[in-house]
Amino acid sequence: MTTVIKAPGEAGAQRSGGSGRRTGEGGGRRSDGTALNVFSHGFLAVWAILIVLPLFWLMLGSFKTDSQIGGSALGWPSNWHFDAFVRAWDKGIGDYFANTVIVMVFSVPLTMLLGSMAAYVLARYPFRGNRLIYYFFVSGAMFPVFLALVPLFFMVKRLDMLNSYQGLILVYVAYSMPFTVFFMHSFFRTLPTAVHEAAVIDGASDTRIFFQVMLPMAKPGLISVGIFNVLGQWNQYILPSVLMQPQSGSDPERYLLTQGLIQLQQQMGYETDLPVLFAGVTIAIIPMVVVYLSFQRQIQAGLTSATLK
Amino acid sequence: MSQVATSRGRVGFIAGFLVLPLALYLTFVIWPYIQTFGYSFTNWSGQSPTFGFIGLDNYTALMKDEVFLGALWHNLLLLVFVPTLTILLALFFAFMVNAGGRSGAGGVRGVRGSAFYKIVYFFPQVLSLAILAVLFGAVYRSDEGGLLNGFLIGLGLVDPAHPVEWLNEPNLVLWCLLLVVVWHGVGFYLVLFSAAMQSVPKDIYEAALLDGAGRAQTFVKVTLPLLWDSVQTSAVYLGIAAMDMFVLVSTMTSGSFGGGPDHHSEVMATVLMRNFLYFGKSGYACAMGVVMLVLTMILSVVTLRATRRERIEF
Repeated sequence: MTTVIKAPGEAGAQRSGGSGRRTGEGGGRRSDGTALNVFSHGFLAVWAILIVLPLFWLMLGSFKTDSQIGGSALGWPSNWHFDAFVRAWDKGIGDYFANTVIVMVFSVPLTMLLGSMAAYVLARYPFRGNRLIYYFFVSGAMFPVFLALVPLFFMVKRLDMLNSYQGLILVYVAYSMPFTVFFMHSFFRTLPTAVHEAAVIDGASDTRIFFQVMLPMAKPGLISVGIFNVLGQWNQYILPSVLMQPQSGSDPERYLLTQGLIQLQQQMGYETDLPVLFAGVTIAIIPMVVVYLSFQRQIQAGLTSATLK
Repeated sequence: MSQVATSRGRVGFIAGFLVLPLALYLTFVIWPYIQTFGYSFTNWSGQSPTFGFIGLDNYTALMKDEVFLGALWHNLLLLVFVPTLTILLALFFAFMVNAGGRSGAGGVRGVRGSAFYKIVYFFPQVLSLAILAVLFGAVYRSDEGGLLNGFLIGLGLVDPAHPVEWLNEPNLVLWCLLLVVVWHGVGFYLVLFSAAMQSVPKDIYEAALLDGAGRAQTFVKVTLPLLWDSVQTSAVYLGIAAMDMFVLVSTMTSGSFGGGPDHHSEVMATVLMRNFLYFGKSGYACAMGVVMLVLTMILSVVTLRATRRERIEF
């Protein structure tokens, strides 16, 4: 709990690199190791295929025609048109994408800012009721969203923020609070106090110390919890599906990506254009692949250390 | 650790930093939670502003609601099988990735390409459940166009004239959904367990090796006990996921808010949503929410208690 976040992925990569060179060194143990290696690679490869194959197959589907998709699953697309992607974009995937980005551009930084502010004060300033407020925040992580769903809907309705960006942004921030406060709280506690004291002696105000000294020092923690929040909010489905429904005929549709994809899937009952659905999913997956591959170490380290905290 | 002493001037600062986060949290999280308890004792429809207090009627009705009880049973089945399968597979793969290539007294080391496996296995975790729903909807398609049926027909295991209707088969549908959750989760817990395995000091393994312990024995007697904390946490997280299941069930199965065929894949969350948004029985839906909360809390406490062991410091 008190150590600064390690990067398990990093450690793993280094060690595995080392073992790659050293496997088979142990003389008498060589045959044993080789047999186990073949055995473990076999199992590992099977699962890897089980992960990759469906995804790859689905992406392939966006190049097929509808009758090809209905025909045999094992067929290869006859020609590589990007029509389905264009149609998917026209069907609203582009808008859904934009809506999701608009919401998250505000919700994630706001979550981080408010979460760190609360966590910082709770971690570093003793005052009456400190523990109470802390547990108050953290306990929210225990409860399923469903428990609040019905009253939450009417609360947002009363604030006249159903189907509005600002409503969803505020709700996202509120529901990300427990975890963000919990994680940043334990992080701020691990930061050395000496720097803080030096800043106090230099006459910096509390607010300034927070923004100019403590927050930059907490950067690794912010990255971990930031990734967690980005993924969590990007993948959120229940909250938007309840809060982002058009309220009247004139109310424009502001679906988020996850919601829009499900909507597309459910429309498929009436009109079959599966390549569009598959292309839509591909469009939704691609940014995740890019983000994941560029940040995979931080994501793995961030998400797993976040869970273990 | 020392903390900064509070002075009078700080009160404003502390309050200033806390007021916004607290206000948001109270408005959108805590207050709705509290309201749920209140509404669960009423016959509120959600639409009308008036409602009457009906005591425990919602709860007694719940105990007689066949659909809800069926859903509860399904959640309990998932509660047993989701964590068990996911954790066992994740431990198995974590062992394969980390200790499979162990040679000599070097402690835990990865097989060749362990970083690659981790990247691939973990990937489903960054996909949203909505994407999984579309993906596996296509995989489980009830004709030749479904990946699973296509394969089985290709292998000659399934008659092309009668492909398996995975998600419409009353006895299969829940297990199909279960496999999606496992597919999604294994990679995450693999990485989690690997991180924990790598934090075990090497000399413990060296000692085990000197004492003549084999690979399997080392795993069961040394690695697993040292991983127990992570396993415990994982069980709680997976249990909470198994209590939810809303997205997958409501989007992949038939019926409004899913649950089909004939309630065979119903879970508590889908019954709740249907009562709230479709039947307009908000008070009743709130009572279900309360039952879900109580069960989740019991689950967490029981898991943590039942699996409690001597904590090993290293």
